Amino acid sequence: MSERTKVDVTLAVNGRPYRVRVEPRRTLADTLRDDCGLTGTHLGCEHGVCGACTILADGQPVRACLMFAVQCEGMDLRTVEDLADGDRLHPIQQAFWDNHGLQCGFCTPGFLMLAAGYLEQNPDPDEDELRAVLSSNLCRCTGYQNILKSVRQAAEVMRA
Amino acid sequence: MSYVGSSVRRIEDRPLLTGKARFAADLCLPDQLHMRVVRSPVAHGRLLDIDTSEALAMDGVEAVWTREDIREVPPIDFRMPWVEGLERFRQPMLAGDHVRYVGEPVAIVLAEDPYLAEDAAELVFAGIDELDPVVDPVAAGPGAIETTVVEKAYGDLEEAFGDAPVVVEMELAVGRHSGVPMETRGALAHYDATRSVLEMFGAAKVPHHNRAAIASMLGLPLGAVVLREGHVGGGFGIRGELYPEDVLVCLAALRLGRPIRWVEDRREHMLAANHSRDQVHRIRAAVEPDGWIRGVIDEFWVDQGAYLRTHQVTVTELTTSMLPGPYAWPAYRSRGHVMLSNKTPCGTYRAPGRYESTFVRERLIDVIAHRIGLDSAEVRRRNLVLPERMPFKRGITALGTELTYDSGDYPGLLDRTLEYLDYELLTADLSRRRSDGESVGLGMGFFVEKSGLGPFDGVKVTVDEAGHVLVITGAASIGQGVETVLAQVCADTLGVGIESVRVRHGQTDDLAYGMGAFASRVTVMSGSATLIAARRVRRKALEVAAAVLEADPGDLTIDRGRVFVRGSAGGPAITLGEVAQRLRPGLTGGEPGLTAEGWFRADHMVYPYGVHAAVVRVDPDSGLVEVERLVVCYEVGKAVNPELVNGQIAGGAAQGIGGALLEDFAYDESGQPLAATFMDYLMPTIAEMPEVEVLLLEEAPSPLNPLGVKGAGEGGITAVGAAIANGVADALGCPEEVTRLPLGPERVRRIVRASLKGVSGVRPDPRFDPVS
Repeated sequence: MSERTKVDVTLAVNGRPYRVRVEPRRTLADTLRDDCGLTGTHLGCEHGVCGACTILADGQPVRACLMFAVQCEGMDLRTVEDLADGDRLHPIQQAFWDNHGLQCGFCTPGFLMLAAGYLEQNPDPDEDELRAVLSSNLCRCTGYQNILKSVRQAAEVMRA
Repeated sequence: MSYVGSSVRRIEDRPLLTGKARFAADLCLPDQLHMRVVRSPVAHGRLLDIDTSEALAMDGVEAVWTREDIREVPPIDFRMPWVEGLERFRQPMLAGDHVRYVGEPVAIVLAEDPYLAEDAAELVFAGIDELDPVVDPVAAGPGAIETTVVEKAYGDLEEAFGDAPVVVEMELAVGRHSGVPMETRGALAHYDATRSVLEMFGAAKVPHHNRAAIASMLGLPLGAVVLREGHVGGGFGIRGELYPEDVLVCLAALRLGRPIRWVEDRREHMLAANHSRDQVHRIRAAVEPDGWIRGVIDEFWVDQGAYLRTHQVTVTELTTSMLPGPYAWPAYRSRGHVMLSNKTPCGTYRAPGRYESTFVRERLIDVIAHRIGLDSAEVRRRNLVLPERMPFKRGITALGTELTYDSGDYPGLLDRTLEYLDYELLTADLSRRRSDGESVGLGMGFFVEKSGLGPFDGVKVTVDEAGHVLVITGAASIGQGVETVLAQVCADTLGVGIESVRVRHGQTDDLAYGMGAFASRVTVMSGSATLIAARRVRRKALEVAAAVLEADPGDLTIDRGRVFVRGSAGGPAITLGEVAQRLRPGLTGGEPGLTAEGWFRADHMVYPYGVHAAVVRVDPDSGLVEVERLVVCYEVGKAVNPELVNGQIAGGAAQGIGGALLEDFAYDESGQPLAATFMDYLMPTIAEMPEVEVLLLEEAPSPLNPLGVKGAGEGGITAVGAAIANGVADALGCPEEVTRLPLGPERVRRIVRASLKGVSGVRPDPRFDPVS
């Protein structure tokens, strides 16, 4: 593709500006992964169903595979790389670790960001709400019960 | 403290939680090219000219290759060749004279950018003279190709069936579904001139085998090929087998002298990676009025898809050997026809041959119980192999080994399950709910799993001079917790803290041999090898320490890396790191280094077993099946890490529910796949999942390995289809009509209509159409 068709975009990811030059059709997920080097955001389906690429855009969980990088200028983007504070895991990460909430770990960043976005706005969800929210992402390893347990524990810790 | 038996947190989780993991698509090399595969859009046809000129003319396209360009590369060989003479059914790297399924690789495009490669691939035009496809090879009769028939038999069938008081015959089928890991496949290959090796990242499951296969196919010395396994996003049988794309990436890297990267997209994955299951059985049982089954004859057809891939006829082989499951039937014959069709080729998927045969066998048991008027749990009990017959020789083989159940108390496990369920109370409660108008039911499935396939695996344990321990294994890690489990075994055996143990897997230049991760084998095989290697290291450490501490090696012990005289932890001691320092070459007369290899060999598999029970609720109007409860009672001999075993079971159960109710690689009559996205291929979300209730039993340790373990990777899935199908039959009050998985809404509504027409006790609902 010739350089003419590319545009300059500045993305604010995890509080840091990334100046990238991308085709308008380039997805946010590909841009984060290949242009910003943030490969923690995973691509499981590229059609918006599995949720492995879930990140936070202005605090809302979104599918990074369904957005274009050029749409995201000016947004506050957060990815899984931003969750931990140095060596200290975020309560959601800690809870996934404590409760065996992951096996292969491929879907994990998406679930972590989904839960982070949701719990920041709904600190005290009931069981049904939580199940409804978590049903937006797919996991093929765990059968989900430890993911649910992990998010419940994280909610408690975050409220405390 | 003992790590083995305790649910320690996984040592491999931190990078996975922080976004620092390295899956295949996370890897890049400078100057890399991107490969895109052009795939057949039709199910069957003669492949005429392939026009690549337009694609080649695009700026940034380096090469476009078709069959002409790779003539010297042979097809991928069978990894598990059970039957001779089937080589002609192997898949070519790129389609030759014919295309045989939608998604078959026809050409590859190599370009500077993945978006560009995809654009160019759309400009490659393959002329195809379409032919009639075979979509249903069972119905097609002589129009379909039968590659071979796998048969196993024992006992006197004539005697069993001769004057049998009751004969029950059924046709039962399991649909086409597969592992569908969340990570699609991917590979990155380059030629590393500094070491003169071709290196491929993105290997999984069986890196050592695949290295040898790639070396042989490309005419390279074994030592000139290195395969690397990084993080792997789920395996389930399909991931890590050698596929054409892996070889093409390597070939292009060699020829073009640049790194080649390929990342599969999801649609490709649904068309190109192995499918599985897809069997139709016609089964017949000779039964006594008291429920004793004298003999079983089974004839089945496997829709293998367009080619025989690496597994060859493994699934058929396992279906025939494992169909009798836990029962002592004195006579049995099973004949599996391996059929080709114009669909995606099949391989193994978690509990291959057992998910299918358990559905068939356990559905049959429920129908037998109905015919003779007995409770189905009672029919199961009357046919179980009794503990006093263990080890139980079946008189047939499985995967080239003698089929001998190593240990177990099957009736005991059934009792435990019924007790846990509070069986009589539960069935009474369900019966009350049914009379109140709900369609609820209980279904069960008893199964025997197989695990720990040999013939060997090796582990090397090394302690460095600072006391850090490195475990190198020839096994692979596909996300199941291999690192943690091997570290637990090593830490206990050696006497160190688990935090000082690192585990490295899946690197073919680390260890000369490695069998990989499949068939629930890693804890059995590599766990045992770790134990052996760590024991040898411990012995060596004690000998050195004994000389230093002027004590008898037999009086010494090791705790948290310190060696001292047993009972005097505060006395003189030497650390394992200090022992290693004394074992530098030149300082020791013997073998240098505090290191040892351990090899574990096994001629027989070990056989875990269990029961699944499902309480289901059916909405007869919508046909929706809800799994209210799923109970898995499973005997593993010894759980090295109970939480990880529970995780394996819960995850397997979810996949089992998918195969029982949702997942279906359907095709239309022209062979076009109808489920190529996650919008059409439905996998369970948390909304479809009950809390899986796991009863983990450790009462029948295997006598065949030093840990006493039996594999736990597959028992979570094995009988889910059977239990749910039996539950639906119970819920609808139509014991004989549930004959096919998956039980999607349409199929369930058809069963409801059939039951309303024929079965007494249910008031016909005028809203339903008559059965056609």
